Amino acid sequence: MYRYDEFDARFVAERVEQFAGQVARRLAGELSEDEFKPLRLMNGLYLQLHAYMLRIAVPYGTLAPRQLRKLADVARRFDKGYGHFTTRTNMQLNWPRLADVPAILRELATVEMHAIQTSGNCIRNVTADHFAGATPEEIEDPRPLCEIIRQWSSLHPEFTFLARKFKIAVGATVHDRAALLYHDMAVEIVKNAEGRTGYRVSAGGGMGRTPYIAQLMCEFVEREDILAYLEAVLRVYNQDSRRDNIHKQRIKILVNAIGAEEMRRRVAREFEEIKAQGYLRLPQEELDRIAAYFAPPKFEPIAEPVAEYEAARTKDKRFADWCAHNLAAHRAPGYAIATISLKPIGGVPGDCTSEQMEAIADLMDAFGLAEIRVSHEQNLVLPHVKKRDLPAIFARLSELGLATPNAGLVTDIICCPGLDYCDLANARSIPIAQKIAGRFADLKRQEEIGELKIKMSGCINACGHHHAGHIGILGVDKKGVEHYQLQLGGSGAEDAAIGEIMGPGFTAKEITDAVERVVDEYLRLRQPGERFLDTYRRVGMEPFKNVAYLEQLHAAY
Amino acid sequence: MPLIKNGDWADDEFATVADDAALPEGAVIVSLARFEKERAALLARNARLGVHLAAPQSPEALGEDVHRLSVVVLDFPAFKDGRAFSWARLLRTRLGYTGEIRAHGAFLVDQLAHMMRVGFTAFDGDARITPQALASALGEISYRYQPAPDGQKTIRQLRAR
Repeated sequence: MYRYDEFDARFVAERVEQFAGQVARRLAGELSEDEFKPLRLMNGLYLQLHAYMLRIAVPYGTLAPRQLRKLADVARRFDKGYGHFTTRTNMQLNWPRLADVPAILRELATVEMHAIQTSGNCIRNVTADHFAGATPEEIEDPRPLCEIIRQWSSLHPEFTFLARKFKIAVGATVHDRAALLYHDMAVEIVKNAEGRTGYRVSAGGGMGRTPYIAQLMCEFVEREDILAYLEAVLRVYNQDSRRDNIHKQRIKILVNAIGAEEMRRRVAREFEEIKAQGYLRLPQEELDRIAAYFAPPKFEPIAEPVAEYEAARTKDKRFADWCAHNLAAHRAPGYAIATISLKPIGGVPGDCTSEQMEAIADLMDAFGLAEIRVSHEQNLVLPHVKKRDLPAIFARLSELGLATPNAGLVTDIICCPGLDYCDLANARSIPIAQKIAGRFADLKRQEEIGELKIKMSGCINACGHHHAGHIGILGVDKKGVEHYQLQLGGSGAEDAAIGEIMGPGFTAKEITDAVERVVDEYLRLRQPGERFLDTYRRVGMEPFKNVAYLEQLHAAY
Repeated sequence: MPLIKNGDWADDEFATVADDAALPEGAVIVSLARFEKERAALLARNARLGVHLAAPQSPEALGEDVHRLSVVVLDFPAFKDGRAFSWARLLRTRLGYTGEIRAHGAFLVDQLAHMMRVGFTAFDGDARITPQALASALGEISYRYQPAPDGQKTIRQLRAR
């Protein structure tokens, strides 16, 4: 993985002291809260319902054991002993004190971490496929480009006071695991007809109150021109975006107001100019230099099948279940990609205690695993595990309460912190996710249901990606009472789609039953091989709507 | 109101003139609307001329005339409105303007280093915008990742040495 050199290290250290100065000016009253707000936000510090919240960047979701230990350490020393992994693959501390934040940032800097641009109206932490570098499907590891984007976007002098936030994701596989098209800008690593590797760039995706799928900006950008292209998109956005209504200032609104064609034209003009001036050209040596940091570990030649692994699967049903759901194919024979679910039934999706983080770091050291990933689905991923080590790893994860065999199943719910923590939320989301997971706890039933992505947000800002859920749940406030709207048919994958709203919301008491009836109706209607999403796309909303409101109908008579 | 130029206080040699006010003798700054309406007369005066652009106004509206101006004032109606960062950059790179770019309005000390990078050379802000504050803001971050109109070496260029 990437390692800071003297320049990166000094940059982050000075940024910490700069922020410490801003905190001091705020505490001394030299900055008003209104003036401090954008400054603290662009360093990841929110003022939430009950306390400050610090969002720590995990660039493209990659962590080394020493970084995981440091996260555990700051969570214990400066917070309540746990952290929350988010849909932008960052980690949030929910209870830090303002005066402690500079000290936390100094600690993070010792392991090459920071909170730069995890919030605010600037270019946010860039995300990638959490199977990057390990999946056999990809053209190349997307993370070197992510790191190049991270550096280019860090304190960008022109794009630090944008109209709104700006999120970028990079993928390199046909199967999209990074919700690419829901981003302000999506970069897909592709090969052109001549077999040359380059980038397909889309822009204008987003969730929030007006969800849009990103539209194609350029089919093929040459490798050396990618920063020029990204800068061109950002410049058009910064110049032309509305600034008069906070709800209409994301790039998605601009793209849809002027149309994709006009947006492409404006971007192309900037792009040609930047390209001609040459100052953002990325030389191959720079690409190679950064890519070298992400070289995969030396894979041992291991013959398949791996006897110890196969034997353990035959012998231990629990291990076999975990393997069936939490492992993915690896590029090297004898290896697997293992998902550590942070969705124990009844737990808080995405939460991880300091003890768990430390134990995972120990486990990584014990098995020679140099890195771990945070996924946008709020799980952790061990990208390069030898299959023969899996039984021992599973045993250890089981002791830690981290071996829930539900990756990709109906209880693997994405969920925002909601009204339990968040200042923006209209409704609680964690207790609802917990109740739904409890309802479907039986693994046999989950397996019968198959791939079904439930995503839940406690307000219209959609941090829980409800628009992209096969079943999306949106918490709303109806005259002071929490209600939950159902949306069906969304997808954040390569078949990206925005879920359709079913109708009036359900109460907290009704929503779990409504979800269960929808799922049961799918089981009744589905044809062989169909996922929930496929059945929904075939039959539409009507049959699900007919069963979902049963309780309300009974109540009305 | 004194300005900051070249890192120090400087007198404002320009009179900023409202659209409906008579032009005084000497150097003046007018709005884009007035410039467009009275272009020939303004350019014919034997005095230096500046144009004050509102936040949504692109300097491209000035066309080739930009090279006949001594000052372009870019407006920050609120510090959160960062359009002027792109306008300054566009003046320096696309339009090749080499004169004074002056920031006017509600910007913060914390934005000064970015403003210098994209091409601003003069600052007309609130009481907190002082030469001392500017010097200390410029000293906060020693290295930069992005090439910008200020021509400062980027981290990549420093690495290559």
